[in-house]
Amino acid sequence: MANADCIIIQGSNMAECHPVGYQWVAEAKARGAKVIHVDPRFTRTSAVADKHIPIRAGSDVVLLGALINYVITHDLWFKEYVSAYTNAATLVHADYRDAEDLGGLFSGFDPGTGAYDTASWAYAEQGGGTIQEPAGDSEHGAHASARAAGHQFGSGGPPLEHAQVQRDDTLQDPRTVFQILKRHYARYTPEMVQDMCGIGVTDFEYLARAITENSGRERTTCFAYAVGWTQHSLGTQFIRSAAILQLLLGNVGRPGSGIMALRGHASIQGSTDIPTLFNLLPGYLPMPSAGRHDTLTEYLESIASKKQKGYWTDADSYTVSLLKAWWGDAARAENDWAYDYLPRLTGAHGTYETVMGMLEDKVEGYFLLGQNPAVGSSNGRMQRLGMSHLKWLVVRDLNLIESATWWKDGPEIESGELRTEDIETEVFFLPAATHVEKAGSFTQTQRLLQWRHKAVAPPGECQSELEFFFKLGQRIREKLAGSDDERDRPLLDLTWDYPTDEHGDPDAQAVLAEINGRHLNGPDAGKPLSAYTELRADGSTSAGCWIYTGVYAGGINHAANRKPGQEQGPAASEWGWAWPANRRILYNRASADPAGKPWSERKKYIWWDQEQGRWVGDDVPDFPVDRAPGSQPDPDLGGAAALGGDDPFIMQADGKGWLFAPKGLMDGPLPTHYEAQESPVANALYPQQQSPARLVFPRADNLSAPSAGTSGADVYPYVFTTYRLTEHHTAGGMSRWLPYLSELQPEMFCEVSPELAAERGLEPYGWATIISARSAIEAKVLVTERMTPLAVGGHTVHQIGLPYHWGAGSNAVVSGDAANDLLGVTLDPNVQIQESKVASCDIRPGRRPRGEELLALVAEYQARAGVTLETGNRAVTDPTAEGIEPGPGEDGRAAGGSR
Amino acid sequence: MLPAGEHDVRATVAIAVSAVSFIASLPLRPWLGYAPAMARRSFLQWPVVRQLSTGDLLGRGPAVTSPQTRAITPRTATADRVVQSVCPYCAVGCGQRVYVKDEKVVQIEGDPDSPISRGRLCPKGSASEQLVNSPGRQTGVLYRAPRSTEWQHLDLATAIEMVADRFVDTRRRTWQQEDEKGRLLRRTMGIASLGGATLDNEENYLIKKLFTAAGAVQIENQARI
Repeated sequence: MANADCIIIQGSNMAECHPVGYQWVAEAKARGAKVIHVDPRFTRTSAVADKHIPIRAGSDVVLLGALINYVITHDLWFKEYVSAYTNAATLVHADYRDAEDLGGLFSGFDPGTGAYDTASWAYAEQGGGTIQEPAGDSEHGAHASARAAGHQFGSGGPPLEHAQVQRDDTLQDPRTVFQILKRHYARYTPEMVQDMCGIGVTDFEYLARAITENSGRERTTCFAYAVGWTQHSLGTQFIRSAAILQLLLGNVGRPGSGIMALRGHASIQGSTDIPTLFNLLPGYLPMPSAGRHDTLTEYLESIASKKQKGYWTDADSYTVSLLKAWWGDAARAENDWAYDYLPRLTGAHGTYETVMGMLEDKVEGYFLLGQNPAVGSSNGRMQRLGMSHLKWLVVRDLNLIESATWWKDGPEIESGELRTEDIETEVFFLPAATHVEKAGSFTQTQRLLQWRHKAVAPPGECQSELEFFFKLGQRIREKLAGSDDERDRPLLDLTWDYPTDEHGDPDAQAVLAEINGRHLNGPDAGKPLSAYTELRADGSTSAGCWIYTGVYAGGINHAANRKPGQEQGPAASEWGWAWPANRRILYNRASADPAGKPWSERKKYIWWDQEQGRWVGDDVPDFPVDRAPGSQPDPDLGGAAALGGDDPFIMQADGKGWLFAPKGLMDGPLPTHYEAQESPVANALYPQQQSPARLVFPRADNLSAPSAGTSGADVYPYVFTTYRLTEHHTAGGMSRWLPYLSELQPEMFCEVSPELAAERGLEPYGWATIISARSAIEAKVLVTERMTPLAVGGHTVHQIGLPYHWGAGSNAVVSGDAANDLLGVTLDPNVQIQESKVASCDIRPGRRPRGEELLALVAEYQARAGVTLETGNRAVTDPTAEGIEPGPGEDGRAAGGSR
Repeated sequence: MLPAGEHDVRATVAIAVSAVSFIASLPLRPWLGYAPAMARRSFLQWPVVRQLSTGDLLGRGPAVTSPQTRAITPRTATADRVVQSVCPYCAVGCGQRVYVKDEKVVQIEGDPDSPISRGRLCPKGSASEQLVNSPGRQTGVLYRAPRSTEWQHLDLATAIEMVADRFVDTRRRTWQQEDEKGRLLRRTMGIASLGGATLDNEENYLIKKLFTAAGAVQIENQARI
């Protein structure tokens, strides 16, 4: 970011939430870069930016779409970059119908399942066919969505049957991606931005000029976002819109370019790479699904075709090496490397579905490992009531968090919904070790692994997760020892023999070595692998997470590399280790032009050295190192061998950056604006109000407020958004127990504008009650001009800001009502993340009622708004306007566009 | 690991300041009403003279240090050892130096060697010594029996044994070998887990490996949220 000429921070309050990272933005600014903060609130990020542009929460696709439109209509796109490196010239099949044609739906929408059949979005094939995903027909969106398949693309794009795409390099064919893009965003105008985002035309022009004037050969613009973009029912598409814009401007793979995801937990990147996630195996391999991945062959074919381009074609090597790492000698060619030892998915098994499973008594036991869902997850009441149905609960944490004590002092005890003496759940609280009481690696937000050395032993009975799970595994295996039940084989055959110290604690470095992988036979047997390109599908290698292969190359823990920054160049490649291959900027071949020369001296990074016949530069080249810029190998070679000299996107099936996503997304190939699940504003772009493919859960404990244009919308007239403070960390488990931090931010509060305070009679520093369709909470009132009422769609939209760090309990230094109790559960269909950055509420002065009266207040609002299970939960807003039901006089030819 | 005290010797004073800012920074209070209290001091004790004589040109070092401060030794200087670590809060990954004395963490500071953070820490990172030594931290195992209104203490080995028993029992009882079409499932929907984003890669690896081998698929963390 320090190398950027313009930085747009949108969906993040970086200066407060990532303060130390912000020094690089400050440094860029000191060197002349323009910094613009687009956010509903004026924050400390806004205060140190060149400009703050207030936006209505949830309207980001309108703004970004209008920027895309501006770039195209003003002819400001980076032509050589776009033509060579993106799929702009690729032809899409004639069956494709855009949301512009179908009232906000794309072709293939199935109102029965509320999901898309994505087949018609495919690239065109020579001879009139389509290029689908390799495993036969395209997976129906409803299935793909259930396994949150979008998450799988954390290290590369979706698969294609082959990469023999059709192109029109003049970009004139109406079926080229470029022309489709141009049509799709034609109505995303500055006036639409004014109307939907509440951003004036002058501010829009300022933003558009700042970005475009700072993009091109000589200059680069960088975007930064955080959960302000992800936690929406179309969060994936927010980020996709920025990706399209950045590709059009040539801002990917170059210094000071890209889209920086600012993640909020020390190893949240690591816990996605080595996933404690239901839908993934390490290295973004999918968890197998019954009916789709019944055999290893089916599984591998679905990940990548051998005829597509790039490194995903070696998924067989990555998979077999993982199975060898886990099951050692029990993984053999004749049992498909123990593939059937893997359990299968049959749908969505994400954290919210799991909680609903608890309420149905399907889940008996639950482990909470440094996570506090009673405070930190949406619809907190559902979380706590779910836990009350468990037989046993294990909470491993540093402090007695609310998720460990809800049975004693939770809000439902206070409201009378639960009685401690009636709760059957057994609760184990197991104290955890802090970061200095164990050795191990975190992967930070730029994919950098950094090792921590152990400073002291954990106190008392505190244990690391490494020690706890190693010992739990040992005890479980001892209990099953001698079992001849076939179901116990995966546990008994598991490689679980890590070297231990004098206390029996496992050596974290030995685990890292297993993750890195090793040669299993031949002269190098037992030696660590040095790169993922050494992995083989014949059982001769093992690796617990292929993208991390190389971190232990040469038997050295490179995550522990600590050459001081001041003794290194800007890439600081000898501090820690970044996956993959210690590469600091991904797709960096794009930092050079198609001929291999740097786009400019100023933005020089990786280039082709003709004399050496190699790519060289300031980083590890992200490209076959000896593939000359002009190479045009036969695409049918498949894999890395098929990558052309101008295919910088080596993890994409066609080697190109995808402006249009023919595969991989569940809710549309192009980002399209839909309103949030709950919104006081009608969608001015389409008859379709909300994202049709969003995942809804119509349940009595998860009701939604009516949206604009339906009766009862005025009962919850305000928008609220949730956020973090510098002094606290998520649900407070690591901050509300610390006296220093508790003193700095002692109390739950809400931020409201002076106008809203006047409208509702809210007193500064007095109490307010905030009521949603799920719950009501109280907070101290902070009246501040940091909140700006916005003129949207002809009326004023007031937004309320709520930090979400507090929870109701009695053990923390400070406690308070939890903002997440107000939220419902509506999910993005690609990744199953909840919409928690925007919802509807009412606010009124005074504290909330206690006990049963609280429930009565929430019920009274629901009744007044006429809320039912159907409210807000229809997939298609207006079937006659959206090509789902033929209108009078139409033949319905475009009906859903399905074939 | 770094030797104790290295942190201090790195502190260097930038002398290259402009004359204007130099003069502006001088605490010339003796002429501005502060003088009477200092009346008995000799000329040589004037701060500006001390600044010039000690080379503390900015007046932020020895020239203005009180006797009380001079008598204090920082915990970073008396520590037995310094261990390199990484901040456990957000994902910026700031470098930390952990100062240990008598096998206790006595201070945590930013690591100036880190090319990411260059020695800086935010309020949370700066407070992380208290995360380790917080008075409210639970260091013992607690158990709440069904219908009980209170916690009781269990020893760690017993607790792990009880959890293992429940794990095996629930797994057996809730096992799903096949779906209704006879396709392999090989799993339990009776056991779930949430958490991992604050944990180490090696820990997540063992968690995913053990749970997957056991057939538990509902394994999730903050990345979903």
